[in-house]
Amino acid sequence: MLSAMIAGLLVAAVLAPLAERRLGLWAAPVLAALPAAFAAVVLLNFPRGGGVALTEVRPWVTDLGAELAFALDGLAAVLALLVAGIGALILIYAGGYMAGKATRGRLLAYLLAFLAAMLGLVLADNVVTLFVFWEATSVVSFLLIGFDHHKGESRAAAVQALLVTGAGGLAMLAGLILAGQAASDLGLAGTEAWRISAWATVDLRQHPHYFPTLLLILAGAATKSAQWPFHFWLPGAMAAPTPVSALLHSATMVKAGVFLLARLSPHLGGTPEWGWLVTSAGVVTMLVGAGMALGQRDLKRILAYTTVSVLGTLTMLLGVGTELAVKSAVVLLVAHALYKAALFLVAGNVDHGTGTRDITALGGLARHLPWTFTAAVLAALSMAGAPPMFGFVGKELLYTSKLDLEALGAKLVIAAVIANIALVAAAGMVAVKPFLFRRREPPHPPHEAPASMLLGPLLLGLAGLFVGLVPATFDRTLGPAMAAAILGREVEMKLKLWHGLSVEALTVLVLSTVTVAGGVGLFLVLRRRMATARRLLEHASRVGPTRAFNASLAALPKAADRLSRLVQTPSLGRSLSVIIAATLSVAAPSLILLGRPSLPAGLTEVQLHEVALAVLILAGAAMAVVFPKRLAAVVALGLSGIGIALLFALFSAPDLAMTQIMVESLTVILLALLFAHLPPSPERSSRAERLGHALLAGAAGVVMALFVLVVVPGSFPPSTSEYFLAESFSAAHGRNVVNVILVDFRALDTLGEITVVALAGLGVWALLRLKLGNDRGGEP
Amino acid sequence: MTSFILRAATGYLMPLLLLLSVFMLLRGHNEPGGGFIGGLLAAAAFAFHALAWGPRATLELLRADPRTIIAAGLAAALLAGVVAAAAGEPFLTAHWLPIALPGVGKVGTPLLFDVGVYLVVVGTTTLILLTLGED
Amino acid sequence: MELLLAVVVGGLYASGLYLMLRRSLVKLLLGLVLLGHAANLLIFSAGGVVRGEAPLVAPGEITPPPGAADPLPQALILTAIVIGFAVVSFAAVLARRVFEVTGTDDPAAMENGS
Repeated sequence: MLSAMIAGLLVAAVLAPLAERRLGLWAAPVLAALPAAFAAVVLLNFPRGGGVALTEVRPWVTDLGAELAFALDGLAAVLALLVAGIGALILIYAGGYMAGKATRGRLLAYLLAFLAAMLGLVLADNVVTLFVFWEATSVVSFLLIGFDHHKGESRAAAVQALLVTGAGGLAMLAGLILAGQAASDLGLAGTEAWRISAWATVDLRQHPHYFPTLLLILAGAATKSAQWPFHFWLPGAMAAPTPVSALLHSATMVKAGVFLLARLSPHLGGTPEWGWLVTSAGVVTMLVGAGMALGQRDLKRILAYTTVSVLGTLTMLLGVGTELAVKSAVVLLVAHALYKAALFLVAGNVDHGTGTRDITALGGLARHLPWTFTAAVLAALSMAGAPPMFGFVGKELLYTSKLDLEALGAKLVIAAVIANIALVAAAGMVAVKPFLFRRREPPHPPHEAPASMLLGPLLLGLAGLFVGLVPATFDRTLGPAMAAAILGREVEMKLKLWHGLSVEALTVLVLSTVTVAGGVGLFLVLRRRMATARRLLEHASRVGPTRAFNASLAALPKAADRLSRLVQTPSLGRSLSVIIAATLSVAAPSLILLGRPSLPAGLTEVQLHEVALAVLILAGAAMAVVFPKRLAAVVALGLSGIGIALLFALFSAPDLAMTQIMVESLTVILLALLFAHLPPSPERSSRAERLGHALLAGAAGVVMALFVLVVVPGSFPPSTSEYFLAESFSAAHGRNVVNVILVDFRALDTLGEITVVALAGLGVWALLRLKLGNDRGGEP
Repeated sequence: MTSFILRAATGYLMPLLLLLSVFMLLRGHNEPGGGFIGGLLAAAAFAFHALAWGPRATLELLRADPRTIIAAGLAAALLAGVVAAAAGEPFLTAHWLPIALPGVGKVGTPLLFDVGVYLVVVGTTTLILLTLGED
Repeated sequence: MELLLAVVVGGLYASGLYLMLRRSLVKLLLGLVLLGHAANLLIFSAGGVVRGEAPLVAPGEITPPPGAADPLPQALILTAIVIGFAVVSFAAVLARRVFEVTGTDDPAAMENGS
C-alpha cells in the first residue's frame, strides 16, 4: 500500500512532462491530486496514540539487513500529512508560477519525485530504506536547487548543498550501520536488528559503540537540517525557484534532520551526551540564524535564515527531550511548516508581481496585492507568535518547557527570547515592510498573482489561524500521536491560548509580551538602519564556515592537481618508477610483517639440469637487457622463453610447455618482422638515471623473489583443485584436467579470454589498415 | 625473403603441421593439447607459408578473411554455451552426444567450444602476422 | 627448487622492469615480454612444483594419480600466455605506428607533442 503510493508518485514524476504538454495549465492541479490522495490515505489510517497504523515489509537483500520496510506511526503520519498536503498546494502554485515557461513540466516532475523521496523517508522503518530515501532527497534537491542551470550561481549552490548534505548522509549511513550492528550485538536477530521500530526492545545506549554512533548520526541530522556550522548551504539554496524553496527549504526536506533526531530519540536520546551535543548545536544555530536574518535584503534569504533559527530551536528542544519540550517541538514543527511555506509563497508572489525580492525596493504593495498581503499577515502573525495564531501556542509552550528545567532553563529561555525577538522583527521585514509604508517603484508595475498562486498561501495562513482558535483539532489528534512516537510512550496534550493566572502562566505571558514588543521595536529601528545591520553582518561572516567551505573546496582540486602532477607525470619512465616504488613500499613491509621470508620447510631438492635451465633463462633475460642490437636482444628473449617452456615440461605441465614454445617462436617472428626496419635506439639515460633504474628494478626483483618464498608451497586453497581433479573424468568426460578446466569448468573465463585475444587481433588490424596519416588527427 | 629451400620445405611441412594442429585440437580433452595449442600450431604453419610465398599467397590459401575466422570461432564458442539454454540450464553447461570417437572421446559442447578457441587463435594470429607482413 | 625458482622469478622481474624503464619503446616491449614470463612463473611456483605427474587421467583410471600437479594454476597460465602474446603483438604494432608518426621511439621526445 505505502510503497505502491510512493511508486505512484514516481510514475507521475516520469509522466509529468508529458502531462504538462497535453493538459497545459491543468496539469499541475491534476497531478496535485496524487499527493492530496496520499494525505487522505494517511488521514484515514491515522494511528491512534503511540501505535502504528500501517506497516509494510518487502524483502530486498535480507542477508545484509536491507528491506523495504515502512511503518505509519504518529511521527511518520504527521510529517507525511505535512509533506503530502503542502506538496499538493505547492504543485498547484508551481503550475501558476511557471506559467508560460518551457521548463514547467520538468519542475513538476522534480517536485513529484521529491515528494516520493520525502514520503519514503518519513515512512521508512529500515535503516537501509531510510538511507536510500534520505539520499534521494539530497539528489532531487540538487536537481531542484540547480533548476536554473544556466546560472552559475544556481549550479554552485546546488553543488554546495549536495556536498554538505551528501557528506552528512555518508556519516549518517555509518552511524546507522553501527546502530544496527549494536542492535544485533544486543540480541536482535536477522533483519530485526536493522528495523528502527524493533530497537525499542533493546537499549542501544548500553552498547560500547554508542558515542561514535551518536556522533555520526548527529552529523547527518545537522547537515540536513542546516545546523551551525553546516547551515550555510540553506541560504545558498535560495537560488532555487520559489515553489521549491517553499517545499524543500521550509516545510519538508530541512525537517528531515529534525525528523531523524525525533525518530531516534527514543533509542539514542536521554543521555548526557545527547543532551549536551544536540542542545548546544540547537542553541547556537538558533541564535546565529536569527542574527543573520536581520542583515538580509532578499526576502527569501531572510526567510532562509529564520528557517535556520527555527531548525535550531527544534533541535534544542529535542536535545532537552523532556515531555514538555517534545510537545512544544511538535507544535513548533507543524506551525513552522504552515507559516514558513506560506511566507515563501508570499515572497514568490511579490517577486512575480513586481520583479524583485529586494526589500529596500519594496513598499506600499498592500493596495496592489491585497490577497497576498492577507496571507502574509496571517503567516507573519503566526511566525511572530502573536495571539491567537498557532505560532503563539507554540511559543508559549516553548517558554513553559524551558522554565521547567532547573538551572539551565533560565539561560535557554533568555536565548529563546532573544532569537524570537529577532524572528518577530524578521516577520515584520517580510510581511509588513514590502506592503505598508511609503510606496517604492519596483522594476515593473505591481500586480496581484493568479488564483493558483493565492490558494496555497491563503490556505496555509488560515490553517495557522484555525488551529490557534480551535486547538482541539491538533491536541487531540496529530499532536499527541507525534509526541508519543518521539517519546516512546502515550502522552496527553492540552493546548490553549489562555493559561489562567498562575505564577508560571503569568511569567510566560510576560515573556511573550516582551518578545512581541521587543520584536516590533527592533523592526521599527531596523527598517531605517538596514545598511548598518548589513555592514555588521559582513564583518561577522568573514570568519564564518562559508569561507572555510569555499576555501577547502578550492584547495581540494589544487591539491589533487599537484598530487597527480607528481605521480602521473607525462614522462613514461617516471610514471613507471612511481608505480614500482609505490608497489614496493606496500609489498615490502607486509612481506616482512606477514611472511618473515624464511625458507619454507619441505623444499624440493634441485637437480643439475634444472640449475642449467635456470641459468639459461636468466642469461637470456640478461642478454636481452645488455645487447645493443635489437635482433640479438629478441633472439635472447626467445632463448629465455624456451627455457621457461622446458621448465614447464619438467614440472608436469605439458600443455604449458607446448603453448609456451609456440608463442615464443611466434613472438620472435613478430618482433623481428616489426623491428627490422627501425633505426637503433641508443641508451638515452644518464649514468645516474641508469643506476637509479637498476636499483629500483633490482629491489623489485628481490621483493618478488621473497614473495615466491612466502607464498609457496600450496597457497592456493586446495579444495577447488581437488574438485577439478576428482570430477574431470567422471563428470566432464575429459582426461586432461587442464583442458577440461579451460573448456568446461571455467569455460566462461575462457570465453572472455578469447574475446580479449580477438580484440587484440582486430586492434592490430585497425592500427595498420586504418592509416590516420602523419598529420595530427587527420582523416583516413 | 624468398628461399627455395623454405618453399620446398613448406610444401611438405604445411599439410603435416595443419594435420598435427587438428590432431592436437581433437585429442586435447584427454591428452596434452587443445584449442590454444592447436590454434598456435596452425598459425605457425601459416606463418611459415607466408614467409616462403608472401602473405598474399597465404591469404589466397586461407580462402577466408582471418577476421571471418575469428568471428566464426567466437560464434562457435557462444553456440556451445547457448545449447544449455535450450535445456533451461545455466549458460555454458556442458552437453554430450551419446557417442564416443576413438582418440577424441565423448563429443559434446566442450569440443565445440574448443573448436571455437582454435578458430579464434588461428584467426587472430594469422591476422596479426599477415597484416604485418603486408605492411 | 623453490629457492631456485625464486631467484629466476626475481631475476626476470628485475630485468623486465629495468628494460621497461629505458627510454625506448622497443626495449619497453622486450621488458613487457619478460614481465609476462615472470608473472607466469610466479603463479606456477605458487601452485607448488611437482615432477613428472601431469594432471592427466591415465586410461582405465577415473582420477589423476595422487600427488599430481595442481591443474588450476596451469589453466590460468595457459590463457595468460596466449593473452600475453596478443597484448604484446598489439603493443608492438602500436609502438611501430608511433614510430612511423613521430619518427622516434623515445617516449620522452613525445611528452610535450600530441
